[in-house]
Amino acid sequence: MMISLEARSEPSRLMAWASPLLAAVATLVAGFVLFSLLGKNPVDAFFVFFIEPVATRYGIGELLLKSSPLMLCALGLAIGYRANVWNIGAEGQLTIGAICGGGLALWLPQLNGALLLPLMIAAGAAGGIAWAAIPAWLRTRFNANEILTSLMLVYIAVLALSYLVQEPWRDPEGFNFPQSSLFGDNAMLPLLLPGTRLNVGFLLAVAVIAAGWLFTARTLAGFRMRVAGLAPRAASYAGISTGRTVWIGMLVGGATAGIAGVGEVAGPIGQLLPSISPGYGFAAIIVAFVGRLHPLGIALASLLMSLLYLGGEAAQIGLELPSAVTRLFQGMLLFFLLATDVFIGYRLRFRRNPGPAAAAAESLAR
Amino acid sequence: MDAAPVPRLQLSGITKRFPAVVANDGIDLTVMPGEIHAVLGENGAGKSTLVKIVYGVVRPDAGTIRWNGEVLVVDSPAKARALGIGMVFQQFSLFETLTVAENIALALDKSRVGRELDTRIRETSTRYGLALDPRRHIHTLSVGERQRVEIVRCLLQTPELLIMDEPTSVLTPAAIGTLFGTLRRLADEGCSILYISHKLDEIRALCDRATVLRAGRVTGNCDPRRQSSADLARMMIGHDLPHPQHRAAAARGDGLLEVRNLSLAAEDPFGTDLRGIDLRVGGGEIVGIAGISGNGQKELIAALAGERLIDAADAIVVNGIPAGQLDAAARRALGLCYVPEERDGHGAVPEMSLEENALLTAYGQQLVTRWGLIRQRAVGAFAQATIARFDVRTAGPGAAARSLSGGNLQKFIVGREVLQGPRVMIAAQPTWGVDIGASAEIRQALIDLRDAGVAVLLVSEELEELFEVCDKVAVMTQGRLSPVRAIRETDAEELGLLMGGSFVTSGQPPSFATRDPP
Repeated sequence: MMISLEARSEPSRLMAWASPLLAAVATLVAGFVLFSLLGKNPVDAFFVFFIEPVATRYGIGELLLKSSPLMLCALGLAIGYRANVWNIGAEGQLTIGAICGGGLALWLPQLNGALLLPLMIAAGAAGGIAWAAIPAWLRTRFNANEILTSLMLVYIAVLALSYLVQEPWRDPEGFNFPQSSLFGDNAMLPLLLPGTRLNVGFLLAVAVIAAGWLFTARTLAGFRMRVAGLAPRAASYAGISTGRTVWIGMLVGGATAGIAGVGEVAGPIGQLLPSISPGYGFAAIIVAFVGRLHPLGIALASLLMSLLYLGGEAAQIGLELPSAVTRLFQGMLLFFLLATDVFIGYRLRFRRNPGPAAAAAESLAR
Repeated sequence: MDAAPVPRLQLSGITKRFPAVVANDGIDLTVMPGEIHAVLGENGAGKSTLVKIVYGVVRPDAGTIRWNGEVLVVDSPAKARALGIGMVFQQFSLFETLTVAENIALALDKSRVGRELDTRIRETSTRYGLALDPRRHIHTLSVGERQRVEIVRCLLQTPELLIMDEPTSVLTPAAIGTLFGTLRRLADEGCSILYISHKLDEIRALCDRATVLRAGRVTGNCDPRRQSSADLARMMIGHDLPHPQHRAAAARGDGLLEVRNLSLAAEDPFGTDLRGIDLRVGGGEIVGIAGISGNGQKELIAALAGERLIDAADAIVVNGIPAGQLDAAARRALGLCYVPEERDGHGAVPEMSLEENALLTAYGQQLVTRWGLIRQRAVGAFAQATIARFDVRTAGPGAAARSLSGGNLQKFIVGREVLQGPRVMIAAQPTWGVDIGASAEIRQALIDLRDAGVAVLLVSEELEELFEVCDKVAVMTQGRLSPVRAIRETDAEELGLLMGGSFVTSGQPPSFATRDPP
């Protein structure tokens, strides 16, 4: 018996959409095996990880709450990825966004919320844009690889936040904890569902998803980004500037990540802390690819990723597993996606192992 | 028994099916020793598949191959070479940074680079009139010389059958003469030659027998020396050859493309620097640029179309406006449309639909609102109009560009540019790899543009095409452009001399491109 990969004459459209589902199923199966090996009852563990977190109204609220920053970051990244602009630094852009938006909340504590919140969101977007502009400029001016520069800037952003909350912005009444004072109610995003922490940030994320769809599918600029990704020479033929593509790709990603940062500090957190994101900016890279870089796919993939975060937390408490379990599931999802994506361009062939003579006869008969 | 010699190669009932098409359908073909046998057919007729089967690259679904009377399975090119079958491909497989001898040594078994190999190369190459220096690096060689390397590489293995796939598509008229001399000499020595081409005149001049293919089947078997080109064409395409109509005097239009002393260093290390190019294409005329590819045509077109910007803005003037610093989109807004040489990934995005490919360059035809939103219905209508006007065979405007055949996609690209109402049109090898019918339609489209007053620049390697449609012609060689000649006052021979660099007065050796020190 021989198994071989055979190139398809056309990439399969069905597989392109089925692949993330297969990857999700494979992740669940691998999780099942993993739980068994760890000596947990897999059915119980499964229930704790994937069902219990969303079995309540509060749980649903948490699911949507955590999906918001993922949607925002992944959508912005996907617009760049479609044009071969590889922004890996959404986590840093999110952090700078949080600093700018949060800084405004600390600086203008008396301002009316109807004015302050839009200002904070704008400041967060501007911060994210500024942070993403650095790799964009380095790429267009010096042809520096944006994968490396955007990633390195993540650590600078996180350390900058850490410095701010330990020194200049530390809450004087905070018992020396490295954190800012709590934001006033005027700087907090209004809640959506009573009894949950879900806030209007979710609606913002959904609106950005819709705008992202409009941009890619219905505008000339979005169309040109896709051309730049698919056929760079056709792009230069059509007069699509490489520089502009890089700028749009990076800055859109920076803006949405910056908004996501504001959504975190003006939402569930309510102040500036040394760490404001459990890796949303990095998880969003996985979300973007699981969602096939398509806005609707990204929305669904964000919910899946959000569930992995919730399940990971529940597993720490209910199953006494280490916090690494969340990252493990994220990693497995990406791993299986990369594997199943092979079948977009290839198909599996099973055949009995033929002897040389049989092979010759078979090839003549074919 | 002795009276009937054994055929060198005999194919019977060769059939090869691909998912979408039957490339070869029961093909019979017999090549005698010392025979130059043409395989004639349009692009897509199945010529390449057939010779790849003979050379062991592709395996047939059915049919038998007899080699010197014995039934064989040729399952790899190595097996073919061991039998004595050599093949010179259309695309050369040479390493540019290695020498001639090193490239040849790579292909021969147990052969070392050294004096002995150099001697063998020299002997073989002089014997067949293929002058070659074994120590030269490939990147310093012209395309014709590179082909010699490929041929000598085959000859060193003393083949009994040599397959040549469209060998003249890259050669000057003079080099074609040399090649034919070599092939005749080989045939006299008993080597059989399978000569793949769609150029009728060459086949009539060179070959003893011809097998004509159409849509994967044999449609004729004849002695091409006794047939007229029109007869061969009829066998090849199944009907008479359409001829473009060329009206002598065209209305003077207002389109204008001027190039003034354009010099530009190549970006690619193996590219060609442009040196002092002067050119003027007026409205209502077609100016052709002849020359072997690789002499700076690619660089010139990139500069003219705006894919590369020029420091001196007035080195390129489109309709009176200095355009050297304008990108392709801005030049398009000035009325300059352009058909690139390559279809897939340059003139069209293969993965995208025809509608999206229409939008690629025709967005200025009211296909987008003031706010940058795409007008889906207008895009569909534009794509549909292109398909209808240029008889593009496709499932519809929603079909992916890569689902079209080369000729149909090219008609779509040309049509998309023509329907934008250009005032200046640049077409680079627009009929390259396109079947005869579509080629004629594309040439007619260019002539119609000229008659409507558009300034048309046609870059082509095919002299026949240039003589058919152009009013004036210039020759490009080593990054320089010859003075422009009226087409009626020149002939293939003069253009051939110009390709050799006869107009270059600075005393540079014409056979390879020297590069100025930076």
